[in-house]
Amino acid sequence: MAELSFPGLPFRTKGGVHAPHNKNTAHKESVVMPVPAMVALPMTQHIGAPCKPVVKVGDIVDVGQVIAASDAFVSAPIHASVSGTVKKIDKITMPSGDKVDAVFIESDGEQRLSPDIKPPEVNSLSDLITAVRESGLVGLGGAGFPASVKLNIPSDKNVDTLIINVAECEPYITSDHREILENSWDVLSGIHIVKDLLGIHRVIVGIENNKPDAIKALKKIAYNEHDPKNEIRILPIRATYPQGAEKILIKACTGREVPVGGLPSDAGCLVMNVGSIAFIARYLKTGIPLVSRRLTVDGGCIANPMNVIVPIGTPIKDVIKFVGGYKEPPYKLIMGGPMMGIALPNDDMYILKQNNAILALSAKEAKFSEPTACIRCGKCLDACPMRLQPLELSNAADRRDLDALNAYNVMNCMECGCCSFTCPAKRHLVQNIRAGKALIQKAKREQITSKGGKK
Amino acid sequence: MENILHVSSSPHFRCNNSTRRIMLDVIIALAPAAVMACVIFGMRSLMLIGVCIATCVLLEYVSRKIMKRDTTIGDLSAVVTGLLLALNLPVDINPLIAMFGCLIAIVVVKQMFGGIGMNFVNPALAARIVLLVSFPSAMMHWVSAAGAPQAAAIDATTSATPLAAEPGVYSYVDLLLGRCGGSIGEVCAAALILGGVFLVIRGVISPIIPCVYLGTAALMSLAVGLDPLYQLLSGGLMLGAIFMATDYTTSPVTKWGKVIFAIGCGVFTILLRAYSNMPEGVSFSILLMNILVPHIERLTTPRTLGWVKKAKGAKK
Repeated sequence: MAELSFPGLPFRTKGGVHAPHNKNTAHKESVVMPVPAMVALPMTQHIGAPCKPVVKVGDIVDVGQVIAASDAFVSAPIHASVSGTVKKIDKITMPSGDKVDAVFIESDGEQRLSPDIKPPEVNSLSDLITAVRESGLVGLGGAGFPASVKLNIPSDKNVDTLIINVAECEPYITSDHREILENSWDVLSGIHIVKDLLGIHRVIVGIENNKPDAIKALKKIAYNEHDPKNEIRILPIRATYPQGAEKILIKACTGREVPVGGLPSDAGCLVMNVGSIAFIARYLKTGIPLVSRRLTVDGGCIANPMNVIVPIGTPIKDVIKFVGGYKEPPYKLIMGGPMMGIALPNDDMYILKQNNAILALSAKEAKFSEPTACIRCGKCLDACPMRLQPLELSNAADRRDLDALNAYNVMNCMECGCCSFTCPAKRHLVQNIRAGKALIQKAKREQITSKGGKK
Repeated sequence: MENILHVSSSPHFRCNNSTRRIMLDVIIALAPAAVMACVIFGMRSLMLIGVCIATCVLLEYVSRKIMKRDTTIGDLSAVVTGLLLALNLPVDINPLIAMFGCLIAIVVVKQMFGGIGMNFVNPALAARIVLLVSFPSAMMHWVSAAGAPQAAAIDATTSATPLAAEPGVYSYVDLLLGRCGGSIGEVCAAALILGGVFLVIRGVISPIIPCVYLGTAALMSLAVGLDPLYQLLSGGLMLGAIFMATDYTTSPVTKWGKVIFAIGCGVFTILLRAYSNMPEGVSFSILLMNILVPHIERLTTPRTLGWVKKAKGAKK
C-alpha cells in the first residue's frame, strides 16, 4: 500500500453557499441544565430498528439503566437519563410526524447512578464495538446513525483514513465547537482509541476555518509527544455550507469521492462527529452511557442564547425556559440547523440523542416567500455540492417523471438545501427533489413486491 | 405555547437575492449605454426608450390579465425587454413600429410561451428580427452620430454603420465611444463593457459566455481575414455578447453548455458578417443558438460527485 500523505490544504470542493454563520454562542461556556421534572424517551432516537421498552410502569430506574433495547443489528439501546419512576409508556409525536412509544420517567431529583455502571474493558476492536453498542451512542452530529454499526466495518472494505467532523457548517450551531474547547483531551484520547483499535494510520480533523480558537486548541495538544507516530492532522477547511456533509468532507480532506449510492467506507474513510469521538473516550473512562448531550439553543427569539448540557428526553419547553424563554413569539421552532433541521409544530417535544440544536427563529430570519417562475439563472447548479441539476430534478419531480429523475441521479442528492437557499425565484427546489426521491423509493418498493408476488 | 407554529420543509434560510433584484441589476448595467444613446443621438433616444419600456410593461400586464394569471410586472423583466429592444433600434424609427416590436417580444415570444423563464428565444432579439424583416428600410436607416467622422455636425444625415463603411473611416476610439452609425444602444462599446463588468461583479452573469463569444469571434475574424478588434467593437456584437447571449432563459445553465453556446454564437456571427448580405450576424447567430440550448444542455450534463463510468454500464 502506498504511503498515505496528509494534505497541506483541503482539496477543492464545488458548490456550496455562504449562509450567514450566526455563531453567537461560540464564546459562551456551556451550562449544565438542572434535572427536569419529567423526561420522555422515545423508542426511535436513531436510524434503524426501534427499541422495545424493558421497564414497566411503576419501576424505579437509575441514571444509566437500560430502559429499552433491540436485538437488531442497526439499533442502539436507550438508557434512563434521570433517576425516578416510570410514569407511563405512551405514544408521542416525533418531529417527523411519526407517532412512537416513549417511556416517561418522573425524576426524583437525586440522579442516582445505576450500580451496574462500570468502565468497560476494551482490548480489541470487537470489545470496542460491543462497548459502543452498549453505550447507546448514535452519531451526535444530527443524523443519528448507530455508532457501533459505523465502527463495524465490513471486512471487504479497506478503510485507511479516520476523518473527524468538526465542520459544523450549519448556521448558529456551536455545540461541536464548544466540545473541542471544553473537552479537547476527550477528543484526542477518543481519536487515539478508535484509530489504534481500527488500525488506521491517518486521522484528519476537518474543521472549518471560522473556528480559529478550536483549531489552535487542538493543534496545541495533538502535535507533540501525545502523537508519537505523527498520525493526526488538523485540517482547516473552507467555511461554506455544507462542508460538514459526509461526502463533501471526505472530498475536502482526502480528495476521494464516495461513489454514487456508496458509503464512506467505499472511499476508504470512516467519518465520525467530534462529539461522538469524545463521548467514546468518556464512556471508556466512566462507563456512563449516553444520557445527556450538549446542544445549542439560539435564534432571534431566544432571550439568552447558549449551549446547554441537558439530559436526553428533556422537554424542549423546559430547555427554552432555562435559557430565559422567548424574547418574542417565535415564527419557527427548529430542531437542528436552519439548513437541514426539522421545523416543529410546537415546543411540546423532547430532546433526542442526535439533536444538536434548538432554534427559535423570527419571521425576519426564516423568510418565507411564495415561489415564482424559474428564470433558469443556473444558480442552483453552481450551488449544488453534488454537481446535480436541481432545476431539472425539481421539474422532473413535478412531472412525476421517474426516468428523468433517474437520469439526473436524483438519489445522489443529499438534501442539503443549497439550491433552495440560493434560488432568486424562491422556488422550493430541494423540497420538490425530496418528493422525487420518495417517488423513486416507492417505485422500487413496488417493484420488489411485484417481483416477490410472481415467484 | 398555545398556537401552532409555522412548519415547512428545510431549508429555513433563504438568500436575499430575487428575480426583481437581478433584473434591476441588468437595468443598471444597461444605464450607461442608454445614457450614451441620449448623448450620441439626442433626446429622441430617451423618448424611444420610454415608449418601448411603457409598451412592454403595459402589454405584459394586459396579457397576464387576459390569461387570468398573476401579474408579473413587479419582477421588472418587461422593463429589461423594453429597454433592450429600444437599444436595438435606429433612433429615427417610427414609435408605432417600435410598439409593434414590443408586441412581438412580450405577447408573442414571451407570454404565449408561458411567461418569464419559458420563452425559447430572446424576446428583444426576436422582435428585432421580425421588425427587420417587416420594415427593412426603417430598420436600416442609420442616422449619423454626433461627432462621427464623415458627417460633420449636421444631424439626421444618414451614414453607414461601421460594418458597411469603407475601411479606415472609423478608428477604434470612434467605435469605443460610439462616434458611428447604428442602433442607439450598440454604438458605444465602452458603455456596454462597463455594464458587463458590473454584471459579472454582481454575480448576475458568468463571464463565460461574453468572453468565449468575443474570443471566438476574434479568432474567426482572423481566420476569414477581417480585423478582429474592429469586428468586436462594431455592430451589435458587444450588446449581443454581454446582454443578449447571456439571457438566462435562452442560454444553457451548464458550464460547458455555456462554452459551446458561446463558441457557436461567435462562429456564426463572423460567418454571417463575412458571407451574408443581411446586416444581422449577431442577432441571427444568437437566435440560432437559442434554439439549440435544450440539446446543448443534454450533451453537457455535469458529472455528479462520485459518478463512476463503470456504474453507467452496470445500471442500464
